[in-house]
Amino acid sequence: MEVKLLTEHYSDDNYRTLEGYKAKGGYEDLAKAFKMKPEDIISEVKASGLRGRGGAGFPTGVKWGFLPNNGETRYLLCNADEGEPCTFKDRMMMERAPHQLIEGMIISAFAVNSPKSYIYIRGEYVYATRVIEKALKEAYDAGLLGKNIMGSGFDHDMDVYVGAGAYICGEETGMISSLEGKKGQPKLKPPFPAVQGYLKKPTIVNNVETLAAVKYIIRDGAEAYKKHGTEKSTGTKLFSVAGDVNKPGNYEVPLGYPMIDLINNECGGMKNGKKLKAAIPGGTSAPILNAEEVERATLDYECLAEMGSMLGSGSIVIMDETRCMVDMLKVIAHFYHHESCGQCTPCREGTGWLHKLVSGVVNGTAQVSDIDLLCEVANKMKGRTICALSDAAALPVLGIVPKFRDEFQFFIEQGYSKVQGRANA
Amino acid sequence: MFELSTEGKEFVKKELARYETIESAIIPALYRVQKENEGWVSEDAIGHLSELMNIPEARINEVFHFYTMFNKKPVGKYHVQVCCNVACAMAGTREIADAFMKEHDVKEGEMTSDGRFTFTRVECLGSCDTAPMMQINDDYHENLTPESAQQLLKDLK
Ligand SMILES: Cc1cc2nc3c(=O)[nH]c(=O)nc-3n(C[C@H](O)[C@H](O)[C@H](O)COP(=O)(O)O)c2cc1C
Ligand code: SF4
Ligand code: FES
Repeated sequence: MEVKLLTEHYSDDNYRTLEGYKAKGGYEDLAKAFKMKPEDIISEVKASGLRGRGGAGFPTGVKWGFLPNNGETRYLLCNADEGEPCTFKDRMMMERAPHQLIEGMIISAFAVNSPKSYIYIRGEYVYATRVIEKALKEAYDAGLLGKNIMGSGFDHDMDVYVGAGAYICGEETGMISSLEGKKGQPKLKPPFPAVQGYLKKPTIVNNVETLAAVKYIIRDGAEAYKKHGTEKSTGTKLFSVAGDVNKPGNYEVPLGYPMIDLINNECGGMKNGKKLKAAIPGGTSAPILNAEEVERATLDYECLAEMGSMLGSGSIVIMDETRCMVDMLKVIAHFYHHESCGQCTPCREGTGWLHKLVSGVVNGTAQVSDIDLLCEVANKMKGRTICALSDAAALPVLGIVPKFRDEFQFFIEQGYSKVQGRANA
Repeated sequence: MFELSTEGKEFVKKELARYETIESAIIPALYRVQKENEGWVSEDAIGHLSELMNIPEARINEVFHFYTMFNKKPVGKYHVQVCCNVACAMAGTREIADAFMKEHDVKEGEMTSDGRFTFTRVECLGSCDTAPMMQINDDYHENLTPESAQQLLKDLK
C-alpha cells in the first residue's frame, strides 16, 4: 500500500504555489523547527534513521554531525542533478511541490547553521527549474528567505544553479567542482565535503527527497517517522518504476515493501500479461535481479544488499520475457562509457572496454571467452577510483552476465539474440 | 564577430556578482550565448566572454568542452534529442531515432540541409514513466509512437 507522506498533496495543482502550499499547512513545520534548538533538530534527524535518498543511503543525521566546529561558513547543497538512468522522482517533487523542498532545506540549513544554499538542477530540467525559481521568489517576497526569517533571527539565502549535461555532476564532489565554475570532475575523498566542500568550506550535500523528508521528521517526530518502514530502513521512499508494467510512475511506499506487490498492485501488473523476467532495483548501477529474486525482494537497504544489489536511488526497471539481456547491457554499458569523466585509468579504459566487448557480442565479433573477460574487466574496475562511477559501471555487468550467461553464449555462437531471434540481430 | 546583446551583457554582469566566485558565471554565460546565437557557441564567442568576464579563454574553454549541453557547431532550428537509455530503448526510441535520421538523410549531430533539424541520441531525461520520449529544444514530448513522433516533426513550423 502506498503511504503518502511526501506525496500527499501532489495531485493538487495549487500545491506548487505558496498560497496553495500554505493552505495545506506549509511552512508550519519551519515555524516549529525555529522553536527548537538546531542541535535538537540534528538529534531528531539522527533518531529518525533517515538515510540519504540520492543513492548511497548514508545516514543523514550522522553526515550533518561531521561538520567541524571551526567557525567557517557552511554551505548546504541540494542535489537535484537526477542523472541515474530511470530515476524521475526528484523532477516530480520539484515540479509538484517546490515549497516542500524549500521548507525542508530551510529547516536543514537552520539545523546545520548554514547561511547559504544552492539547488543544483540538471540542465535538461527546464520546467522544474522554472517552478523552483518562481517558488523561491514567492518565498523571498513572503519573508521566508533572506534576513530574520519568520522573526527567528535566522538569515538564509537560497539560489538555483543549473548544470549543463553531465551525469558525473550528480556525484557530490563533481557537483561542487561544477558549482565552482570548473569541469564537473570529482575530487578525491577524504576530505569529505562536510569538512572541505564548496570553496573548501564545510558543505552538506543532500538529495531532493532527503531534504524534503526532513520536514516530516520535524512535523511528526522521529518516533512517528520510524513507524514507517523497517527497523533499519526507516520511513517512506519514492520509487520510480518504468518498463514493462501497466502503470509506470512514482510511488511512495514504506521501506521494506515487497517488490512484487509494487509491481502487481501499484503498477497494475505486467503489461500485456507477459511474464516477469528481471528487474533492476535501484538505478542502472544496481545489479539486476531475476524473477525468482524479485518475488523475494523487499524494498529496503538490507534485503537488496543481501541479494548482492542495492536500493540506490529507488528507480526500478521491470523487464518481461521478451527482453534480451545482451541488448540491455549494451545500452547500460554505452551510458557509463559516455559519462566517465576520464580522470582515472580503470574507469576511463574499463568503461570503454565493457562497451566494446558487449557491442562485440551484438556485432558478431566476440568469442565465447569474452564473456569471462567482461567480468574480469568489471572486477578490475571496482574500488580503485576517485569516485564510484567506475563501480557503478562494473556492477551491472557482474549482475547481468553471470545470471544470463546463456544469452551471451547463444548470441556469440549463433549470431542472434536467444530471446528476440534473428529479427533484432 | 559574435557579441552579446546589451541585455545579454547586463545578464552576464549580474551573474558575475551572483555567486561566491566569478567562475560560477561561466555556465550561465555560455547558455546566454547559445540562446542568442541560434543554439550554439562559436569559437569567437569564447573570446568575447573572456573579455567581458575578465576570465582567461582557456578557463572558459575548459567548461565549454566538458558539458554536453553546449553545442560546439551549428544546430538546426529544432534540436531533437531522442532519449535512448534503458526505459526508452525498451519502448522503441532507437528505432524512432534511426527513422528520423534516415528520412532526413543525416547522421547523428548533423544539421539537415534546410537548417530545420539536428538529431541526437541522449541519455535518460528523467521521464521514463512516459517512455518513449524525446526533447525538442526545451520541451519534452512523451508517450510517443513511431507515427506520432513523425507527425510531431511535420507539425513544427
Ligand atoms: C556517479 C554518481 C552519480 C550520482 N548521481 C547522483 C544524483 O544524480 N543525485 C543524487 O542525489 N545523488 C547522486 N549521487 C550520490 C551523491 O554523490 C551523494 O551521495 C548524494 O547526493 C548525497 O545525498 P543523500 O545523502 O541525501 O543521498 C551520485 C553518485 C555517483 C558516484
Ligand atoms: S571513477 Fe570515473 S567518473 Fe569517477 S572520477 Fe574517476 S574517471 Fe571520473
Ligand atoms: S530512459 Fe528515457 S527518459 Fe529515462
